Amino acid sequence: MLRRRLNRWLGRDERRVDSRSICVGHRSSSNNEAFIPPKFCDNRIVSSKYTVWNFLPKNLFEQFRRIANFYFLIIFLVQVIVDTPTSPVTSGLPLFFVITVTAIKQGYEDWLRHKADNEVNKYPVTVLEQGRRVRKESEKIKVGDVLEVDEDETFPCDLILLQSSRDDDTCFVTTASLDGESNHKTHYTVPDTEKDLESLNATIECEQPQPDLYKFVGRMHIYKTDQEPAVRSLGPENLLLKGSTLKNTQTICGVAIYTGMETKMALNYQGKSQKRSAVEKSINAFLLVYLCILVSKALVCTTLKYVWQNKPGQDEPWYNEKTQREKDTNLYLKMFTDFLSFMVLFNFIIPVSMYVTVEMQKFLGSFFITWDKDFFDPEIKEGALVNTSDLNEELGQVEYVFTDKTGTLTQNNMEFIECCIDGFQYKYQDAGTDLDGFCVTDGPVNKVQHKAGREKEELFLRALCLCHTVQVKESPEQGQGQGQRDGLMDQVDGLGADGLGTDGEGLHPPPQEQRGFIASSPDEVALVKGAMRYGFTFLGFESKTMKILTRDNDVERYELLHVLNFDPVRRRMSVIVRSKSGDTLLFCKGADSSIFPRVRQEEVERIRMNVERNATEGYRTLCVAYKYLNAEEYAQADAGLREARLALQDREEKLMAVYNQVETGMSLIGATAVEDRLQEEAAETMEALQGAGMKVWVLTGDKMETAKSTCYACRLFQRNTELLELTVRTLEDGGRRREERLHELLLEYYKKAVQDAPPVKAGVTRAWSSANHDYGFIIDGATLSMVLNSSSESNSSRYKNLFLQICQNCTSVLCCRMAPLQKAQIVKMVKNSKGSPITLSIGDGANDVSMILEAHVGIGIKGKEGRQAVRNSDYAIPKLKHLKKLLLAHGHLYYVRIAHLVQYFFYKNLCFILPQFLYQFFCGYSQQPLYDAAYLTMYNICFTSMPILAYSLLEQHICMEVLLDNATLYRGIAKNGMLQWGPFFYWTLLGVFHGLLFFFGVRYLFGNPALQDNGQVFGNWSYGTIVFTVLVFTVTLKLALDTRHWTWINHFVIWGSLAFYVFFSFFWGGIIWPFLKQQRLYFVFANMLSSVSAWLVIILLILLSLLPEILLVVFRKPRGPHTGQMKPVHSSAGGHQSPRSSARPLLMRTFSDESNTVI
Amino acid sequence: MMASSYNAKEEDANHPGAANHAGAGVVKSKKPDNTAFKQQRLPAWQPILTAGTVLPAFFVIGLIFIPIGIGLYVTSNNIKEFEIDYTGANIDNPCYDCAKNFSWNSTAQCVCAVTFTLEQPFESNVFMYYGLSNFYQNHRRYVKSRDDSQLNGDRSALMRPSKECEPYRTGEGSPIAPCGAIANSLFNDTLQLYHIDSNGTLNEIPLVKKGIAWWTDKHVKFRNPGGNNNLTVAFQGTSKPVNWKKPVFELDPEDPENNGFINEDFIVWMRTAALPTFRKLYRIIQKKPSTTPTLPSGKYVLNVTYNYPVLSFDGRKRMILSTISWMGGKNPFLGIAYITVGSICFFLGVVLLIIHHKYDNRNNSADIPN
Repeated sequence: MLRRRLNRWLGRDERRVDSRSICVGHRSSSNNEAFIPPKFCDNRIVSSKYTVWNFLPKNLFEQFRRIANFYFLIIFLVQVIVDTPTSPVTSGLPLFFVITVTAIKQGYEDWLRHKADNEVNKYPVTVLEQGRRVRKESEKIKVGDVLEVDEDETFPCDLILLQSSRDDDTCFVTTASLDGESNHKTHYTVPDTEKDLESLNATIECEQPQPDLYKFVGRMHIYKTDQEPAVRSLGPENLLLKGSTLKNTQTICGVAIYTGMETKMALNYQGKSQKRSAVEKSINAFLLVYLCILVSKALVCTTLKYVWQNKPGQDEPWYNEKTQREKDTNLYLKMFTDFLSFMVLFNFIIPVSMYVTVEMQKFLGSFFITWDKDFFDPEIKEGALVNTSDLNEELGQVEYVFTDKTGTLTQNNMEFIECCIDGFQYKYQDAGTDLDGFCVTDGPVNKVQHKAGREKEELFLRALCLCHTVQVKESPEQGQGQGQRDGLMDQVDGLGADGLGTDGEGLHPPPQEQRGFIASSPDEVALVKGAMRYGFTFLGFESKTMKILTRDNDVERYELLHVLNFDPVRRRMSVIVRSKSGDTLLFCKGADSSIFPRVRQEEVERIRMNVERNATEGYRTLCVAYKYLNAEEYAQADAGLREARLALQDREEKLMAVYNQVETGMSLIGATAVEDRLQEEAAETMEALQGAGMKVWVLTGDKMETAKSTCYACRLFQRNTELLELTVRTLEDGGRRREERLHELLLEYYKKAVQDAPPVKAGVTRAWSSANHDYGFIIDGATLSMVLNSSSESNSSRYKNLFLQICQNCTSVLCCRMAPLQKAQIVKMVKNSKGSPITLSIGDGANDVSMILEAHVGIGIKGKEGRQAVRNSDYAIPKLKHLKKLLLAHGHLYYVRIAHLVQYFFYKNLCFILPQFLYQFFCGYSQQPLYDAAYLTMYNICFTSMPILAYSLLEQHICMEVLLDNATLYRGIAKNGMLQWGPFFYWTLLGVFHGLLFFFGVRYLFGNPALQDNGQVFGNWSYGTIVFTVLVFTVTLKLALDTRHWTWINHFVIWGSLAFYVFFSFFWGGIIWPFLKQQRLYFVFANMLSSVSAWLVIILLILLSLLPEILLVVFRKPRGPHTGQMKPVHSSAGGHQSPRSSARPLLMRTFSDESNTVI
Repeated sequence: MMASSYNAKEEDANHPGAANHAGAGVVKSKKPDNTAFKQQRLPAWQPILTAGTVLPAFFVIGLIFIPIGIGLYVTSNNIKEFEIDYTGANIDNPCYDCAKNFSWNSTAQCVCAVTFTLEQPFESNVFMYYGLSNFYQNHRRYVKSRDDSQLNGDRSALMRPSKECEPYRTGEGSPIAPCGAIANSLFNDTLQLYHIDSNGTLNEIPLVKKGIAWWTDKHVKFRNPGGNNNLTVAFQGTSKPVNWKKPVFELDPEDPENNGFINEDFIVWMRTAALPTFRKLYRIIQKKPSTTPTLPSGKYVLNVTYNYPVLSFDGRKRMILSTISWMGGKNPFLGIAYITVGSICFFLGVVLLIIHHKYDNRNNSADIPN
């Protein structure tokens, strides 16, 4: 024994990295052996980023890592160090403002995180220590502590379940806060742990913490006096995760194995990778252009300055001598500092405020999505959810839509439609038509007999009743108030009565709602309910026994021996049960493709026909098979399963192997068809998306026939659509090697779809509109992997290319039989294809998470398959139909708004700085600023920032109804249309024109600076103030001209900004400011207004600047009839609730295949 | 609460809180507020610019601008302006000698007389300007070289001028008042105007030196240290700017309201010009009470005390006589600009009208108020 332990120790040492060992309750396994408890981290959760001490340096470091902030910091430092024309305050103040606001925001968020952490860390927990219950703070929990957790409490760390107050040694748990699945999951205690935890002497050996929520392997060694240590395997079903909540169970005891930052929840805590929108890329490109303009301006000025200074008498006339320091400075150093000075003088061309405004626009703008009541779904009582506001405008740029089928296009609201038993079709109509609720609509033609044998029928229904993981819902009063057993019994009785009523008296079945089933997949519920309608009622579990009520009102009990869980690779599940009579039966249900090869072939043909017919009708089909296991077979299977479950390594693979071994040689009983109804307005939505020029790809794990019929139902495929199929079936047709056939088909389709198709015009008119012949493309997972991972390198890339080109020329593409990762692969492939189109993925289930994360924009549907998709999405909407408004109205508007915002910002700063640049030619290239420092600072912060912000939040150049009605409008802004170089060039030109006009207009006015009627003259600050006044008015009015949607806010902000400018100028010039070194603007503005000429020139220049704009607007105006009228809606303010908090979920990225959907 | 199974969910939705007590009462609806703002349905005015709207606007602008332009142009043309260069760059200029022999150290004053003829009489008030060319008063080093607190009468700033004044901050060990390059280069030519009447006698024309600076500058921005009495004491401990002949408190010894920092010539100079070619108001020639013109046509002599060298930096000096209208001095630019813009608008109006009539028969009312 000692030796064995030694081996284990050595073994542990070798694999130190991948396993840890824990003493339950810190009781050393052996008294005479010195046991050194390994160090584990404590149970403190730290999600906060900063502490009081490191906040300032760390936060500043984080902030200045942003390139823009860093640039402004450099400019500021240059201003501090070098003698520059503007004081450091002009750029320091805005930068300080931005940095401070961001720091405060991040500090506040971090404070919230601290608070949340504390709440978790200080939460009192009960620890069992030497038989006593000790209350402790959660953060004091150490690995190995035995904890007691009560109902509705969350687990403070990852626990191994040792003891449950339930009789069947199980407990129920919801993981709603972990992965969003609100269903109850059953967890099991470790078998053979003693009821008295005090005397339990055990060690647990388990893998090192890893983030996968659904994987866990471990082993428990239980030491009993005078006995060999018992070894029990531990799996995910024994592990209670931190963050999940105990339900339906009074108390449990468990031992802590992972604590604090090593819990699976904490390991899963990580930010999503940042998605960047196309607009942001455009901004960066424009920035680069402006940076070039800036540098070249500074270079030109520096060069000209030295050329000019070389003329005699200009460098240092007698009236303007240099200081001693200037004279001493090295010429080249002076040139360099001059260059820097010019840079500083012109740096306003790249404004800090643009970043702030863009951020604010995105942040505030996203509220309109959450606020939209059209996205409110009364059924789930929730509206849309915005997880990131960075991608608002991307919603207006989508070119490819990848959609999941189940739960997205369809409702995932399963209804049992019909079944086929032994080749005979049974359709459930109404309870009254046939005595036992069965109605044979049509059977195989060549059969005389219209029904399958009663024996077969019952076997089939028993299979439906037994082969699942459904649980009967316990009503809450009973579950909480009384003892577990009573509650269960009560319910069973109640159900029994219902069953009697149905069958015995031929009455209508009781309302479905009365019978609550808990399952992880709606298919299972549908099947169990289906069986119920035919008279076989599943009554629930009683420890390991399943009870069913037969048609004859007998309660049959089956001992559940094994559940061979569903997984998406096998695509089937099985149960092994032992009936009262002692027969051991295996029931298996699964997708036809996974069942057919495992049953006797002669049975297949009869059923295959039905299955295929059902699939074409859009139903989800499952086949049911069974086999008898004799004692020997069972013993073998049992041993295999147990052994595999105990395996510490490669448990999955081993289990899979055993499963495959057991599930062979079955006989097929029948098939079921479950209808998954289309989502509301699914077809209309799809049509609208296609009308908007988007290509819709359906990526589903479902089988081809089902998916195809859904596509037809959604009008993705029309009657005249020519389908190009590239599936395993078509590949096998030729009778040749698959590779060759694939090659051949690809070429053939390529010829058809790409070469023969009329040349597709780029840009606005896309294939959908130009090609009068529509193609639809169908590919399945197996073929796709052949295309993508072809045997030879060269072929692979070539196939991929061909495939892409074919797909791009098809209206819609259907990819069926996809694994989740393949979905992501497809999205990635399209994303990275030529022209890098903007992709959008929409899905509702865990299997869509990968593609949601992969696409530019990920949309989650708040459907029934848990919430992982929602958690990982960028936007979440309750229904598919909301996608139409989200893209066509919101996306379109956001894009137009932000595109205009960006262009306008560059424009207004160009015409702000250009006069300053031109002034250098008149002031001896001395870096003399044209405007006063206050104007330089305030221009972007106060005078011109609010109108554009209001515009970018409220503008509706076309009102929403029109946008929704005319999907084609969406094409107008496709391909980042408003931020291409063309429009950018136009805006730049406009800025240059305005800048030139402002400067030279005033320049000619100042040909005679005696502008007042008392003969007094104006100086340089008056010059600058006139230019600035024209500038502020022009850029604001330019925006006013662009505004198509004047709400009171727009009015207020536009006219308010102008009034504020006038007021500020009076105020600023009206006082001798004690803190200013120079009173440059003292009464300059008032004097300017007293001059008629100044008034006249201001009016003239504003008008002249806007004239071409007005003309363009007139000429450019589309003759279209739209731009309808928005009627004010006087709402009957029925809202009760503020929008949901935008707090991010702790778990940002989980992927689960727990959701037990039979695809 | 067991909000878990699919059926349960629907049930809860239909009868909130009916079946289970745990959820009762706390039914939180997340339904968004149905307010106009949140639904982006604020009542809005949606102007649409069409030819229909813009057309009248163009005509209106044209019809307003052209008369204004004509008015401006006529006004500008009616302003009488006379300008004479007295730099002495050329040998035939009377001031050539003075310009050539200029030296900062000479104590003797060089006076030159420039004669000129006014073809037309100047009515009403006539304003006398001096103009400088190629003089960069807007050079950054120059513009900032001043201390406004010193000029505002601040005593501490008087004794410790701002560093911006370098290299004109201290002289001979004591602070310079007023400090800085602008003050140092104060224009100090003295101009006197004589009318030669028909019998050849010179009549000095009285030049008023008040009212040439902005009122706010004279009364608020510029203040003498310690009030206006006894400036000699107030400025004790300071030295005069290097290029000045006399200290600041002797700028106008006769008039204490025009002496020291509040000397109007000084204030005018301190308002730095916008462009390297500029003019500054020097004196005002008041209108005579009688009907005779202020400056009748005829011959005049301008007596220049030549103190201000400009040739070293290729500058020019001018004397300008000008009358003033409501729009200020003579400047045809505004008038021409207005006429041009007005005509363009009118022309565009016509073009648009033609286009409108030819191609667009729809009668769109443009601004649809809500």
